[in-house]
Amino acid sequence: MKPTRVTNSIRALRFASGEMTQAELAERIGVTRQTVIAIEQGRYSPSLEMAFLIAHVFKVPLDDVFHYPDHLEE
Amino acid sequence: MTHQEKRAWIMLVVSVASYAAYAAIILSRADGQPLPRIPYAEVLLWTVGSAIGASIVAETALGVVNPRASRLRDARDRQIGQLGDYVGSSFVVIGATAAMLMAMAGWDRFWIANVVYLCFFLSAVLGAVTKIIAYRKTFPQW
Repeated sequence: MKPTRVTNSIRALRFASGEMTQAELAERIGVTRQTVIAIEQGRYSPSLEMAFLIAHVFKVPLDDVFHYPDHLEE
Repeated sequence: MTHQEKRAWIMLVVSVASYAAYAAIILSRADGQPLPRIPYAEVLLWTVGSAIGASIVAETALGVVNPRASRLRDARDRQIGQLGDYVGSSFVVIGATAAMLMAMAGWDRFWIANVVYLCFFLSAVLGAVTKIIAYRKTFPQW
């Protein structure tokens, strides 16, 4: 087991979207606020469907929300 | 804290409290005599029943204390729940296997019942601790 390598820009995107709160984002994608916090802090990798939902909320491509390192260190 | 994490905490506290009460009552009845001679069945059933009742009361109390709290269960809750159940189930298998071997070897029913109960207890504790860690720390990736 290992921690996720996925990083994200959700916090920045929330502030760029009229300072949307974590609770508002959670409600729009149908999850708990704690799940949004865990995703934002990189403690949980969302499913592909949830990731697309988040990108749709901010009206940006998936790549603008989630990032994965180009070179993996084994 | 999500509703599911609160439930994991309730499971942990109730499991530890009920098993500690059971062990304390049984050991207090020993009084120097061999443990298999202690009447345990009634105490065991009462502590299991009380634990189930206490869990229901605690969860109901949560709803009464904070009726506006969300009870939403999302994908992360389900994944953490499955991980906790998966980890905890290992002790159910160990308990069942141990009970089977002990029965075949002719052990006293006291020991068989108590090994099964101990493994149920460890399963509940391990499952609850796994869920709490997954909620508090990083959800593991395979």
